[in-house]
Amino acid sequence: MAAAAAGAGSGPWAAQEKQFPPALLSFFIYNPRFGPREGQEENKILFYHPNEVEKNEKIRNVGLCEAIVQFTRTFSPSKPAKSLHTQKNRQFFNEPEENFWMVMVVRNPIIEKQSKDGKPVIEYQEEELLDKVYSSVLRQCYSMYKLFNGTFLKAMEDGGVKLLKERLEKFFHRYLQTLHLQSCDLLDIFGGISFFPLDKMTYLKIQSFINRMEESLNIVKYTAFLYNDQLIWSGLEQDDMRILYKYLTTSLFPRHIEPELAGRDSPIRAEMPGNLQHYGRFLTGPLNLNDPDAKCRFPKIFVNTDDTYEELHLIVYKAMSAAVCFMIDGGPVKFSFEYCCSASHSKMNLTGIFCHDLPASVHPTLDFCRRLDSIVGPQLTVLASDICEQFNINKRMSGSEKEPQFKFIYFNHMNLAEKSTVHMRKTPSVSLTSVHPDLMKILGDINSDFTRVDEDEEIIVKAMSDYWVVGKKSDRRELYVILNQKNANLIEVNEEVKKLCATQFNNIFFLD
Amino acid sequence: MGEEDYYLELCERPVQFEKANPVNCVFFDEANKQVFAVRSGGATGVVVKGPDDRNPISFRMDDKGEVKCIKFSLENKILAVQRTSKTVDFCNFIPDNSQLEYTQECKTKNANILGFCWTSSTEIVFITDQGIEFYQVLPEKRSLKLLKSHNLNVNWYMYCPESAVILLSTTVLENVLQPFHFRAGTMSKLPKFEIELPAAPKSTKPSLSERDIAMATMFKRFSCLSLPSSWDYRYGQLYVLFLRHHSRTSNSTGAEVVLYHLPREGACKKMHILKLNRTGKFALNVVDNLVVVHHQDTETSVIFDIKLRGEFDGSVTFHHPVLPARSIQPYQIPITGPAAVTSQSPVPCKLYSSSWIVFQPDIIISASQGYLWNLQVKLEPIVNLLPDKGRLMDFLLQRKECKMVILSVCSQMLSESDRASLPVIATVFDKLNHEYKKYLDAEQSYAMAVEAGQSRSSPLLKRPVRTQAVLDQSDVYTHVLSAFVEKKEMPHKFVIAVLMEYIRSLNQFQIAVQHYLHELVIKTLVQHNLFYMLHQFLQYHVLSDSKPLACLLLSLESFYPPAHQLSLDMLKRLSTANDEIVEVLLSKHQVLAALRFIRGIGGHDNISARKFLDAAKQTEDNMLFYTIFRFFEQRNQRLRGSPNFTPGEHCEEHVAFFKQIFGDQALMRPTTF
Repeated sequence: MAAAAAGAGSGPWAAQEKQFPPALLSFFIYNPRFGPREGQEENKILFYHPNEVEKNEKIRNVGLCEAIVQFTRTFSPSKPAKSLHTQKNRQFFNEPEENFWMVMVVRNPIIEKQSKDGKPVIEYQEEELLDKVYSSVLRQCYSMYKLFNGTFLKAMEDGGVKLLKERLEKFFHRYLQTLHLQSCDLLDIFGGISFFPLDKMTYLKIQSFINRMEESLNIVKYTAFLYNDQLIWSGLEQDDMRILYKYLTTSLFPRHIEPELAGRDSPIRAEMPGNLQHYGRFLTGPLNLNDPDAKCRFPKIFVNTDDTYEELHLIVYKAMSAAVCFMIDGGPVKFSFEYCCSASHSKMNLTGIFCHDLPASVHPTLDFCRRLDSIVGPQLTVLASDICEQFNINKRMSGSEKEPQFKFIYFNHMNLAEKSTVHMRKTPSVSLTSVHPDLMKILGDINSDFTRVDEDEEIIVKAMSDYWVVGKKSDRRELYVILNQKNANLIEVNEEVKKLCATQFNNIFFLD
Repeated sequence: MGEEDYYLELCERPVQFEKANPVNCVFFDEANKQVFAVRSGGATGVVVKGPDDRNPISFRMDDKGEVKCIKFSLENKILAVQRTSKTVDFCNFIPDNSQLEYTQECKTKNANILGFCWTSSTEIVFITDQGIEFYQVLPEKRSLKLLKSHNLNVNWYMYCPESAVILLSTTVLENVLQPFHFRAGTMSKLPKFEIELPAAPKSTKPSLSERDIAMATMFKRFSCLSLPSSWDYRYGQLYVLFLRHHSRTSNSTGAEVVLYHLPREGACKKMHILKLNRTGKFALNVVDNLVVVHHQDTETSVIFDIKLRGEFDGSVTFHHPVLPARSIQPYQIPITGPAAVTSQSPVPCKLYSSSWIVFQPDIIISASQGYLWNLQVKLEPIVNLLPDKGRLMDFLLQRKECKMVILSVCSQMLSESDRASLPVIATVFDKLNHEYKKYLDAEQSYAMAVEAGQSRSSPLLKRPVRTQAVLDQSDVYTHVLSAFVEKKEMPHKFVIAVLMEYIRSLNQFQIAVQHYLHELVIKTLVQHNLFYMLHQFLQYHVLSDSKPLACLLLSLESFYPPAHQLSLDMLKRLSTANDEIVEVLLSKHQVLAALRFIRGIGGHDNISARKFLDAAKQTEDNMLFYTIFRFFEQRNQRLRGSPNFTPGEHCEEHVAFFKQIFGDQALMRPTTF
């Protein structure tokens, strides 16, 4: 049993205390090969945030990181340092492509106390941040960049350092603003995908729908289908889907919720003659299909970058709670009559804040968008209501929605399936958890313990007051349970978890 | 017109008989489908040929005057010959019975016999102009016994042997039809009905001609558990077909055939109208539940399928020809006997000849040429004539010999050159599975009825007959899908989409999907490295759990590591595969996990200690070996009161190994009480 009785700092916060969450201090990307000689150090730096920092300081910070990595490499050639702990902050290193280094510096959380003489005393909480969480966040930064821009190397091939710098600047300038370091937790480590539970028949109907759409919109290469922000089908490979899912659920979908709630751009197309009434609309691409000047610009994404390196247009189309992503070939050489060439630099229509505006490129025409709308819209609307109906039936069958005595997080490394009853609905800004941050930290600690050994194991922790935290690992699956039972002993807790597994996970092989 | 375009043909082996001529009279019996060639009133011989008989019956009879009608009773037991308008003569053809003729005069005075019909091997109905008389023939006594009679004015009559119904035309306009049904010595009068005649010019008297009426049974059902009394199910549905000619006064564009449904109980109802869109001379046949209308003027025929969707106006359904009009396939008269020797080229037969006589359901007779043909429908040409695949399937599924044609349609729609769109493919699969499901349900309720012991109490409980329209998974797999997935040029996306569509359709009809279909899906996905797709299908249980599937997944582990987890999950869900789970875990050296699992399900008292100790030893983890060894010592203690292994467990080697590593003193001491 590890970390017993952790989270000692419970109790009401002293009134005079002020808390400051962890914050991003700096973020930079460099390649030591670009400025190997003295006096050329500046050339190494490809991106630096905040940009206002004085040049020499930038060079110094980069140099320090370079030195640390070099130094630690002597001890562990294959696994150089991943992070550096200091009193005030923590630095995270990542080398996503050979010689390309990404560094993220996070300030430790601060507690500001009033000393007896009334002067504020600042206390850095050095042990609060979890390495794994923030290393994952850093890796995610790269994955997100790569999804919309391709690899660093590709940019170098296309336009040298200049182009790479442009792309980095354009992307990270906006992306870093969306990092919410104070609310990162275990789920960032997993980077999982929440799957929508569905009966076989409805699932097959969706399959049938996707296949038909791919057939009639013959330029679709991959399709993904989501309902209620949960994945049902991905034609993309797992790793690409993982990051696309992250983009959709934390960026694209949340941005479209508010207009929906406000009742703006009500999507019912009753006015379109000869068209079946439907609720379909584009989340990327044209806003209004009736506007002849509507721009059909879709974000580009790059997938299978290790292999076939495909460039695709991402069309996200939604009807009620069902969203379907059509990914169509966006390579510059491919030609199809559905496309037209355009060199216009017109304003993008909600293509997303991370995607850069590519110059002269092929893209689907308005006619194509209208055709897609008329084919997909009605069918997706029907399908969405089918799913909704089926979902409600299943919910009723599963019985009363009584608040259980426990909360849990489940993750399966094999299919990236993630399920959390700890987290409330994600919003674009923060992911809200329903438990105390200290408990979340214990979960992170248990996860770190699991990472150290390969074998299946189980860790039970007695936390603050009435809480027990149980971590189980069985064949690439992890389960974390937070129990709140007064006066429970170890045996009882063990029994509770067994019961939970029997009810929630009875159809998988989960060793107890 | 290519040969593949004709969808109607005359049978290859017609019944051949001596041509009609002044000395040779030819008669046809609709009940036995026999042709009688009566030469010189029978004195120089009578030859009887039926479609099934290899050997024609020939005999002689005295020429007692002109033969008006001649028919065998069912099973050729008694011959009845009408020579006068008052009497019918009989002659037994039963061995040991006298072959002397005997005669029966009609009972009604001053009545003229219009004809007679056999309703069984010994029951006969006389139709006179004043009514009908139903007799039983007593061959051994050489006499007849009147069972029942009914008086009414009769213009003409018509007999449908399949349903044993006689239709009598009454009234001045001849258009009120009175049906009678005969069964096992009983005669029942059915409600009469009137045929609406088309408006005609005042100068001419309208009347219903016998030539414009036909009777036919269609859609004989094979499976039935309920409604046994209704002939609708046992004999098919009886229809009276009325050929309504084009009348100049009405707006209709052509003649039409009106179908009246004559139920066993209740009134006759006008149900369907077949629009011919032409005028002239027509003849009707019913072949394979299709109404065939021959048109002499154009020498073509059209077919109607009343099961296909038509335009319903609230009371009747209007149908148009299923296919464009075509001639019957040109026919060469086969040359037999001496003619063949002289090696003459075959003579083309004149089709739609005015000497043709058409009988129900499918018989065409050319008395002048001496041939009787059965009309047949060829399904293969129709495949190309009916572009709408859904309608084509509806059509084919109603046909008798449809199986191979349907399978070839399926293969064709999946071929590179003739590829159909997915919605069309889905429609076809749905139609097939709809039929398949109906059969499975009938089969199931039959099995349940048998189990409930109803078979004895209800003699009508029959095992459902499997028609050719039932295409099960094995048919589709063998003839269509297995070849389809092998096609290299086919895009894998399409292959998977088709397989999923078939599985979706089966699921929609709640038909359990067979393992080999799942295997086909897996094979295709694996071939194209689409493991993540496979993973997702399994995640949503699209591929049903089974031991073979779990084993297949295990074998994929080296290509796709998550397959191991998927396989274990599946074995767990099966709940009958605990031994397999233990084996899988042991093979992975997860000895402790295997032990914990088997203990979790309460099976640890029955497992082989040797197997676990072997596996533990192989891990070369001494502590693990110690743990496992100790576990079994404790089990021995609990079960037998001693920690020692019995010789039957064959663990000597492991005991020795244990001692060698941990020493003798580490062995568990027997606890004594």
